[in-house]
Amino acid sequence: MHRALPVAIRKGNNAMHVSTSPKFRENAHDALLDQSLQRALGRLKTGFKDKRSAAIAALPEFEALRDKAVEIKNHTLENLDHYLTAFEANVKANGGHVHWCKDSEEACQTILKICRDKDAKSVLKGKSMISEEIGLNAFLEKQDLQVVETDLGEYIIQLRHEPPSHIIAPAIHVHKEQVADSFRATHKGRDPNRVLDEPRDLLDEAREVMREHFFAADIGITGANFLIAETGTSVIVTNEGNGDLTQTLSRVHIAVASLEKVVPTLEDASTILRVLARSATGQEMSSYTTFSTGPRRAEDLDGPQEYHVVLLDNGRSNMLGTDFQDMLRCIRCAACMNHCPVYGAVGGHAYGWVYPGPMGSVLTPSLIGINQSGHLPNASTFCGKCEEVCPMRIPLPKMMRHWREREFEKHLGASSVRYGLKGWAFMASRPRLYRAATGLAARLLRILGGGRGALRSLPFAGGWTQIRDLPVPEGKTFKQLWEEQQKNKSRQDGGPK
Amino acid sequence: MTSPIPPVRPRVGLFVTCLVDMFRPTVGFSAVKLLEDAGCIVDMPMDQTCCGQPAFNSGDRDSAKKVARPLIAMFAGYDYVVAPSGSCAGMISKHFPELFADEPAILADVKALSAKTHELVSFLTDIMQVKTLNVQFDGTVTYHDSCSGLRELGVKQQPRALLQTVSGLAIREMKEPETCCGFGGTFCVKYPEISGKMVGDKTADIAATGATTLLAGDLGCLMNMAGKLRREGSDIEVRHVAEILAGMTDHAPGIAGRDPEGK
Repeated sequence: MHRALPVAIRKGNNAMHVSTSPKFRENAHDALLDQSLQRALGRLKTGFKDKRSAAIAALPEFEALRDKAVEIKNHTLENLDHYLTAFEANVKANGGHVHWCKDSEEACQTILKICRDKDAKSVLKGKSMISEEIGLNAFLEKQDLQVVETDLGEYIIQLRHEPPSHIIAPAIHVHKEQVADSFRATHKGRDPNRVLDEPRDLLDEAREVMREHFFAADIGITGANFLIAETGTSVIVTNEGNGDLTQTLSRVHIAVASLEKVVPTLEDASTILRVLARSATGQEMSSYTTFSTGPRRAEDLDGPQEYHVVLLDNGRSNMLGTDFQDMLRCIRCAACMNHCPVYGAVGGHAYGWVYPGPMGSVLTPSLIGINQSGHLPNASTFCGKCEEVCPMRIPLPKMMRHWREREFEKHLGASSVRYGLKGWAFMASRPRLYRAATGLAARLLRILGGGRGALRSLPFAGGWTQIRDLPVPEGKTFKQLWEEQQKNKSRQDGGPK
Repeated sequence: MTSPIPPVRPRVGLFVTCLVDMFRPTVGFSAVKLLEDAGCIVDMPMDQTCCGQPAFNSGDRDSAKKVARPLIAMFAGYDYVVAPSGSCAGMISKHFPELFADEPAILADVKALSAKTHELVSFLTDIMQVKTLNVQFDGTVTYHDSCSGLRELGVKQQPRALLQTVSGLAIREMKEPETCCGFGGTFCVKYPEISGKMVGDKTADIAATGATTLLAGDLGCLMNMAGKLRREGSDIEVRHVAEILAGMTDHAPGIAGRDPEGK
């Protein structure tokens, strides 16, 4: 029997494609005060990070594999048109369809048309960040289609009407108690006194609810971790098996993928798979790695009647040949955000758009514009940890710096910072003036600090003293003392022996 | 990594860094002593100001070039350029070639400067082959790996190797010595709340070691951590690693530390 969909899902709204990135500072402020979020973020340190280290320590050829993976992607990006055309030809040869979409609107309309053609009522979804990027759920729901997320994390945030806060662990900000609350509120007709204390209880209940949806689904939409040109195959990696059910039980399988997901061969996909799961969750392989090649054939026991690939550009082709091309190597493992101290402090929602953390701070300005997302590449200490752990060796700090340059060229930053930098450069390129000014400043700060050694507050230095004391200078500058020392030396050297 | 054999008495141009110059001359003199003890002839060109990193990382390449350019000629006559900072040494050795990539006329000179620029402690161990130091420091220290030195220049074991030869000194490692302290140059004043969370996590990690002295190789990070420790009322002493290695801890109280004479 097909039970009616939970009310929360029917009314689910997904406002993810509306960016709150311009409010990053306020978002971060709220996130830092959110005790529940802070507790959840604390788990990052012992989860993904330790598991990744252990997995990599156990694979001596990991660095060589990284080099190989980078080489594959660089080669593909240099010949992207060729491999995409080959991919399309092979999908078609297998009886599937490829839809080239330049932006979110086109992608959503294309998917809607497929749904309408099949007279579909319900849509099942495997986890897909591209569908978040194009705002697919909200779009389909407006057209009176029922959309159900089947990845447990995605399902949880769908019930909570939230966007994901992490690209591979979308509900990482949610505690199990909060999940139990959502389930009790949504899954009507169940024993109100049932036990939902442990993750296992929650998983079992989600499975039961989900199973009914799987059998009734018209359309199954998944993302794709890879598109393989030589075979016309789309690949997903999951740990729950929901992706397999989504795409094999539905009448129609639609894989939504951005165009840089293509790799030339099966062998290439295998190479990158070896660095993907290790970098992401510390697994050698994800529990499920699923290759989908075309619709069900006459001799197949199962599979969808139709197979579609929606190939999304949405600004990516504009990145080719620019300072930001290397970003298209990204395989969405999330190692950068798992290790980022800024992400660890504020979580994913603060970034205000689909992709959080260092990869988002580079990608988001490319996709929605730097004028909408100027905070993101600025909110980094350039500690370099993201680049250190990135399996695809993407120079993330360098590209964030390039965004800061674009911002500066366009006069987008605060004018106080702009004039401050110009004033500082004026001084620092006039050595005598600079020596006099720093000598004076050092003395003044020393006097203000007295014997205390540090200042608790200082006009125009609130950004510093809001958090920490300002250590005061020793008194004289090094150059003053050095000059005195050199004079003494030459006096001694020149004096009577 | 193989290192070129240095001249018997290499001429070293000290790039003292703008922060050491203004806030902590003791670090500069510690560097001079360590370099001279290692057999170097040390000079400090008076017209140096800054490496240009604040502008470079703020996206203002013109200002960065304006400040960085004079260094190319200023340090041309030295065998090596040494800075008591991984961040500034990294700027010159790793980022100058990128900054001046569009000026082919001077690029060769820039690359020559980059190639001979080193962070102080790794220069002592890797180039000058300093193995032991004849100094005393009675105390337990913990060492923070500043990001640029660690990830751009590979400074990790070098300071620990030299600290282990200081008699009376014990090292207690933090749980996460490689995690950023939240300084990040202008980041710490642009996003003070996030920076505050990061440096708060760092000071908790420092305190948990039980060490009485915190060391690092970069004054920016040190001022951030010292200022936070001071704000929290901690009495952990904070010093640049060069001060311990040179045996010059009696020259100044710790960073942000009270003047014992109350001056």
